[in-house]
Amino acid sequence: MIHDALIAPFTANGFMANALAAGLLVAVVCGIVGTFVVLRGLAFIGDALAHGVLPGVAVATLLGVPGMIGAAVGAATMIVGIGFITRRSRLSGDTAIGLLFVGMLALGVAIVSRSGAFSGDLVRILFGEILGVTGRDLLAQLVATVAIAAVAYTCRRPFLLLCIDPEQADASGFSSRLFHGIMLALIALTVVVSFSTVGTLLVFGMLLAPAATAALFSRRLGTMIALSSVIGGGSVYGGLLLSFHANIAAGASITLVATALFLGALAFRRPGGGAHARRAAGQELAPSAAGTPSSAREGATT
Amino acid sequence: MTVASHLRSSGPVVEARSLSVGYGKGAVIDGLDFTLERGRVLTLVGANGSGKTTLLKTLAALLVPISGHLRVLGAAPGASPTRVAYLAQFHPTGFILPLRAIDVVRMARYASLGLLGRASRDDEQAVERAMDVMTVSELREEPLDALSGGQRQRVFIAQALARGAELLLLDEPAANLDRGARETYRGVVRDLTRAGCSAIVATHDLEEAACSDQALLLAQRVVASGTPREVLTARALLSTFGVVARHGEDGVLVVEHDHGCDGDRRMP
Repeated sequence: MIHDALIAPFTANGFMANALAAGLLVAVVCGIVGTFVVLRGLAFIGDALAHGVLPGVAVATLLGVPGMIGAAVGAATMIVGIGFITRRSRLSGDTAIGLLFVGMLALGVAIVSRSGAFSGDLVRILFGEILGVTGRDLLAQLVATVAIAAVAYTCRRPFLLLCIDPEQADASGFSSRLFHGIMLALIALTVVVSFSTVGTLLVFGMLLAPAATAALFSRRLGTMIALSSVIGGGSVYGGLLLSFHANIAAGASITLVATALFLGALAFRRPGGGAHARRAAGQELAPSAAGTPSSAREGATT
Repeated sequence: MTVASHLRSSGPVVEARSLSVGYGKGAVIDGLDFTLERGRVLTLVGANGSGKTTLLKTLAALLVPISGHLRVLGAAPGASPTRVAYLAQFHPTGFILPLRAIDVVRMARYASLGLLGRASRDDEQAVERAMDVMTVSELREEPLDALSGGQRQRVFIAQALARGAELLLLDEPAANLDRGARETYRGVVRDLTRAGCSAIVATHDLEEAACSDQALLLAQRVVASGTPREVLTARALLSTFGVVARHGEDGVLVVEHDHGCDGDRRMP
């Protein structure tokens, strides 16, 4: 009974097994990148990139080239455009992001509406087709996941400094501009490789919800990334089962499960978190010690 | 290993001539001329918006000088991130960061570790000692967002110390510190300068400025420069802050305000 409900759907149906594999790869990549999106407050640009790929994918479909190439061009256009508008107009970054967000989305819809031939593809682009994942899609997702994990590991120190303050990165010899650009490129790559599975709209949910849930319980960056990936993986598994048994669109059910997990975690967690609860209870973490240290010289040197 | 054992340059730690600093092309302070020698502490004193932070950021290579000559440790600013530690005025607050206090202090070593360098025992010892002298060792496992403002400030000061730098650039380090923690911080800086380290400190604390070796009184220009005794005069402070308190001959605290042109006239 339990086996039939929880395992058989994946062992008896190849498309479900493929969907699970692709979804787990999306969960891992979104766990890594989503952690930095949440910590740096880049949700809006993540959302904009997820939508900004639409005209690129639409044009690629028209030209008969792989949608992933069009998505990459769309994402690159967004990143360059945001930087250009911010520098030239001195408008805030979120204004530039918002302008390009709606502009690119509108352009994508305009292209699709002029080409009735692939109106059905619009739904696929936006919501993905995880149940139709091919071996080729899986391979592309696997390569991207490994590449993103390698870059994120290599850049973990400047990325962490960026989370505290971009000036900390610069003062430590890491160009905040360069590593911010690399971070945006990772978000874009995540969106581009994930859109064929969970879709451009829902990849954004996978970027945010598991990482936000993990942030509620994590005290270390590595823990947050791992927890985020596990929560994402659980959302994929639960979402696919929900889709299979309740006949709900797979991409949407995955994102619904991820969002529900966040809301459940938020309800489960004490208001304000452990630290605030301790402070509210009047427990000082440590008194401020008085007096001048005698070993200051050794203490600050190596 | 101590600061003194890896001091490398022999000239002035900082040399500024006709220096103009600001944001973009808009100068905040013009005509800065000063030299900081090894083992000395220079305090930057001035009201909000006087240019203290702008000057510190320029020295830390976070801003590009608009014009003039500036050498830090014998090279252009930013040439040696491992030899300069910068403590910013503001630190992240109010949102989740999965970092413990010790993780924040460990970040000091990133400049020397680079992208892929592996932290050595020396790195870890530097972190432990910096936390020890700033009396935050007991907070090491606490999440950053669990710390009070003063505790967080001590952790970030420990971070600046853990770099083992020759030059400390500290932007209002004593802000948020209680009296005990302030004494601790001052003792640390005093010991470091005895070991050959130098510091430039932006402060509103005239007591701290009075204990330094040199002071620059700023008000979007250099109001006065020299030893604290030369710089922190009632006339100069009144001109800079628009208000000054001093003890009268009868021991009564007298607060004087600069109401336009009559301020200077009222000062002795």
